[in-house]
Amino acid sequence: MITSAVNHYYRSSIGRKHLVALTGLLLCGFLVGHLSGNFLLLMGPDAFNLYGHRLFSLGAALYVIEGGLGLVFLVHLGLALRLTFENYRARGNQKYAAKKNTGRGTTFMSWSMPWTGLVLLVFTILHLINLKFGPYYTTSVEGIEMRDLYRVTMEYFQDPLHVAWYVFAMICAALHTAHGVASAFQSLGLNHGRYYPKIKAFSYIYAVLVGGGFAFISVWAHFQGV
Amino acid sequence: MASGNMSLNLKIWRQKSGEDQGKLVDYQVQNVSPDMSFLEMIDVLNEQLVRKGEDTIAFDHDCREGICGMCSMMIDGKAHGGFKNTTTCQVHMRHYKDGDTIVIEPFRARAFPVIKDLTVDRTAIDKVMMAGGYITASTGNAQDGNAVLIPKPIADEAMDAAACIACGACVASCPNSSGMLFMGAKISQLALLPQGKPESPKRALNMVQTHDNLGFGNCSTHAECEATCPKGISIEHIARMNREYLKAAFTYYDKKRSE
Repeated sequence: MITSAVNHYYRSSIGRKHLVALTGLLLCGFLVGHLSGNFLLLMGPDAFNLYGHRLFSLGAALYVIEGGLGLVFLVHLGLALRLTFENYRARGNQKYAAKKNTGRGTTFMSWSMPWTGLVLLVFTILHLINLKFGPYYTTSVEGIEMRDLYRVTMEYFQDPLHVAWYVFAMICAALHTAHGVASAFQSLGLNHGRYYPKIKAFSYIYAVLVGGGFAFISVWAHFQGV
Repeated sequence: MASGNMSLNLKIWRQKSGEDQGKLVDYQVQNVSPDMSFLEMIDVLNEQLVRKGEDTIAFDHDCREGICGMCSMMIDGKAHGGFKNTTTCQVHMRHYKDGDTIVIEPFRARAFPVIKDLTVDRTAIDKVMMAGGYITASTGNAQDGNAVLIPKPIADEAMDAAACIACGACVASCPNSSGMLFMGAKISQLALLPQGKPESPKRALNMVQTHDNLGFGNCSTHAECEATCPKGISIEHIARMNREYLKAAFTYYDKKRSE
């Protein structure tokens, strides 16, 4: 029955859930780092541009980190998509005529996971195109020539449509992580009556702080002007 | 018994066989007493159908005291009617008012094909159980049971999981049609007890593999199963299963495993 326990693990429902959970938590960790960096925007152009410059000067190491992050993102996306399609199939062809949720289980957040996830996928692609691979301005801080990422960011957020889309995406991120963080702990087997309510609370706090933090900066940038 | 005084409008799923394309059919049932159970109300309707020479509504039932797990149906879109810790047979008509409309559908999941009307084939649950939901170790006689010390909280936790009657409400109400709650309950129950521990890794691997192969969905922690479980089983047992599975996948060792 068991050809190889470990081999079986990566193909099983629970094994893949573990991987989705683990990659999800890693991405949540990345968001915290990204947001901390964004807060440097508030400190002015030089602080933000220096931060960007220091990151770029990591050289090859940065590519390794970015590659790892991309891989984590793709594993999370690919496995979650597959699990979603399997779940859709598992429901069968005949749907309920009058299915109602009890109100004690499924929430809008848990129901919308695939949709908020897709919004975040589209958002990430556009975000990379518009900002990371966006206009290349240069500036000089303390005599060092570097990319003026502050200007790229501030210019991007002058368009109210960009801000609206960004805030919408961050609401999706908050909804996604509010369910996702606690669910990841559950998937990894970390659910106990004693601490699970705290994990759930942490999940909501994380979602509000991170989603709200990013959204705040986009709105601030809009009103700050270039 | 109070005299029957309610009249209800029912929309019941009728389907002649697995191949048949079913549909909701309207029925009226009179003389329903508030003291009747939900199944007795359907019995009354079936008697009316027999008198009219029509085909009766097929539904699963056995003990009618909430412990066998046979009475599977979605009442107004909720498994077992959505009442707290209650199976369909223990739902009483006092929850409904004269003139109410009630929609009754079978449990739906790819793993639970409809046999007829409200009766579904839940063999898939038995197959998951047969893949490891038991112990084969000799546990001795009664006095040996007393000699094996089990802390009370652990025994209680195992008992909570053992309350599962494998009715399938978790699968029916899960937006993903996942069987993780009933499987988690069994894996958790046996993993907690010393008699179940030796086979725990093999059990976790085999049951999960069988569950996946039978076309059940994956858990995404909606916890709709926990909310509708007539035995109030917590998704903590799913978490324990996830831990057991993780341990098993990376530590299970059996040189002789052949297939």
